[in-house]
Amino acid sequence: MTNSITDLAGSKCIFIIGSNAAESHPIIMGEIYKAMDAGGVVIVVDPRRTAVAENAHIHLAIEPGTDIPLLAGMMRHIMDEGLYNAEFIEERVEGFEEFRKFVEGWTVEEASRQCGIEPSMIRRVAEIYAKADESAVVYCMGITQHVCGSDNVIALCDLTMLCGHVGTEHSGLYPLRGQNNVQGACDMGALPNVYPAYQPVADPDIRAKFEEAWGRPLSDKPGLTVVEMVRSAGSKIRGLFIMAENPALSEPDVNHVVESLRKFDFLVVQDIFMSETARFADLVLPGSSFAEKDGTFTNTERRFQLVRKAVDPPGSAKDDFSILCLLGNALGLNFNYESPADVMSEINRLAPPYGGITYDRLERQGLQWPCPNEEHPGTRFLHQGRFTRGKGLFVVPNHVAPKELPDEDYPWYLSTGRMFAHYHTGTLTRRAKQLDREVSRPYGEINSEDAAKLGVGEGGAIRVTSRRGSIVVDAKITDRVRKGSIFIPFHFAEARANILTNPALDPRSKTPEYKVCAVRVEKGES
Amino acid sequence: MDCRFVRTTCPFCGTGCGMLLKVVDGRVVDTLPDRESVVGRGHLCIKGWSAHEFVHHPDRLTHPLVKKGDSFERISWEEAISLAAEKFRGIAEQYGNDAIGGFSSAKCTNEENYLFQKLIRAGFQNNNVDHCARL
Repeated sequence: MTNSITDLAGSKCIFIIGSNAAESHPIIMGEIYKAMDAGGVVIVVDPRRTAVAENAHIHLAIEPGTDIPLLAGMMRHIMDEGLYNAEFIEERVEGFEEFRKFVEGWTVEEASRQCGIEPSMIRRVAEIYAKADESAVVYCMGITQHVCGSDNVIALCDLTMLCGHVGTEHSGLYPLRGQNNVQGACDMGALPNVYPAYQPVADPDIRAKFEEAWGRPLSDKPGLTVVEMVRSAGSKIRGLFIMAENPALSEPDVNHVVESLRKFDFLVVQDIFMSETARFADLVLPGSSFAEKDGTFTNTERRFQLVRKAVDPPGSAKDDFSILCLLGNALGLNFNYESPADVMSEINRLAPPYGGITYDRLERQGLQWPCPNEEHPGTRFLHQGRFTRGKGLFVVPNHVAPKELPDEDYPWYLSTGRMFAHYHTGTLTRRAKQLDREVSRPYGEINSEDAAKLGVGEGGAIRVTSRRGSIVVDAKITDRVRKGSIFIPFHFAEARANILTNPALDPRSKTPEYKVCAVRVEKGES
Repeated sequence: MDCRFVRTTCPFCGTGCGMLLKVVDGRVVDTLPDRESVVGRGHLCIKGWSAHEFVHHPDRLTHPLVKKGDSFERISWEEAISLAAEKFRGIAEQYGNDAIGGFSSAKCTNEENYLFQKLIRAGFQNNNVDHCARL
């Protein structure tokens, strides 16, 4: 994210789109409440009346997958009323003329027709966002998990630059990271096109630097993504090493994923539990939990923080650092590191934005990158005075409707996501008694009118079927969801919501469209 | 009784709240919020408060396992590591380096992620390394 979590408390307007922070990021929600206490206005955009929507000043329940029409309508009104920050754009942003043409191609009325929000309300939220001294945008997977997810993000960047709401303490963009170290995994180059610190594999100078440091020839060709590797099982990809990931539950259309996992010639899974994925492995390596290792995680505000070993791993399980060193050495790579701190010194040398991040400096508060040298205090918010690329760039977003919309055979909208008591594929949280006591069974949220039509009571079984498969869950009757929509959390292995989801991808980010697909809902056999 | 507190970082979402693990006689028995943490500032959510509960769960994997038919059998670490290296090397020789890939992990540390991508890139001269950021 551009800014820091605690900076949110000082924002005068917080525009939350496609994030249910109240359940998925409760501590960040605390900062949003502080902003509200100080007089800030909170606007939530979500097809569902989520916990965060219930606590907001304004909730816009848009039609699923119509974020760009809504944002375009807002930006049109901001232009018409002269509420944009002309000085900021003149000084700091390029590409305004072409962008202006895009916005002028929209009207507030057309936006309203597509997203289902009254024109007067679109105008009102546009004015609140544009006029506030410092406005922040908070978003999450509700923005990115669409076929046009990266365009949704582009539209949000455009909105912030149009109003000059970036580069100050309490403005900016807050993508909320879902996993404890998803920021760090990206930063460390666990991505098919970049080395650590987003240095492109295709850049010959960068590649030469890593070839020299690692003493091995390297490839200039970007690799395959998770979804592409699974789809290439047994053809392009024959041997796969999975460290602590659970694609058999987390990927879209998991029935197909499970078929693919069987096709690898050799599959190694390193994990702490026999996950749904590990069952398909030829070799399972017992790793360690966060309590059994030293290292660092990087949170959503780019802050490196220490993880400290509290206990030994069980039985003969090993910490993941040691396993990787053993395997690296077995492959002739000279992974003779003494400790994770030793690895960090190599990272300091090869990844300039993390050059000053050393263990002794992380003791209390951690450090936020960029932090290029040992004297640098770290960076609380980005883009102050200038953007990383110099000038900011308006890019015209391209709206694409969801790939699978309700029709006669599958007349309901399905969206998936998280709920407060569980986490991702549930491997960890479903084994915690306290959390299991809160919610122990898979469920789907449906509207009370729909429940009456189906003849289903609270907790009654409902069968949910898409073109890809079928599951049975308990009905949770709530008017938080609209008529004709169902929301199912994906934490439950016994009723995997991702049996239903559509594997359509955003062509640029390769993110699957988890937030919209079409299903049929029937009364189930209990 | 040996009792101590270890300052660490929550393993669940990307907020990264500071927490203290209470360790009694070599077992993590409780989780407490860390008031000195700049993130969280003495608060945890319901997931964070129960972060210790899965650590000593009886389902934890304790030995390397190899698939034999439809079930798994225990093997030693030496056997496991050489089996993995031998199989991956064999596949790379038969089908080319591009036939190997790896999923690193958003749950693992920076240092582990760094080593993982280095293992794939330097070990097999390809860039087939990714993790679940998009999921």
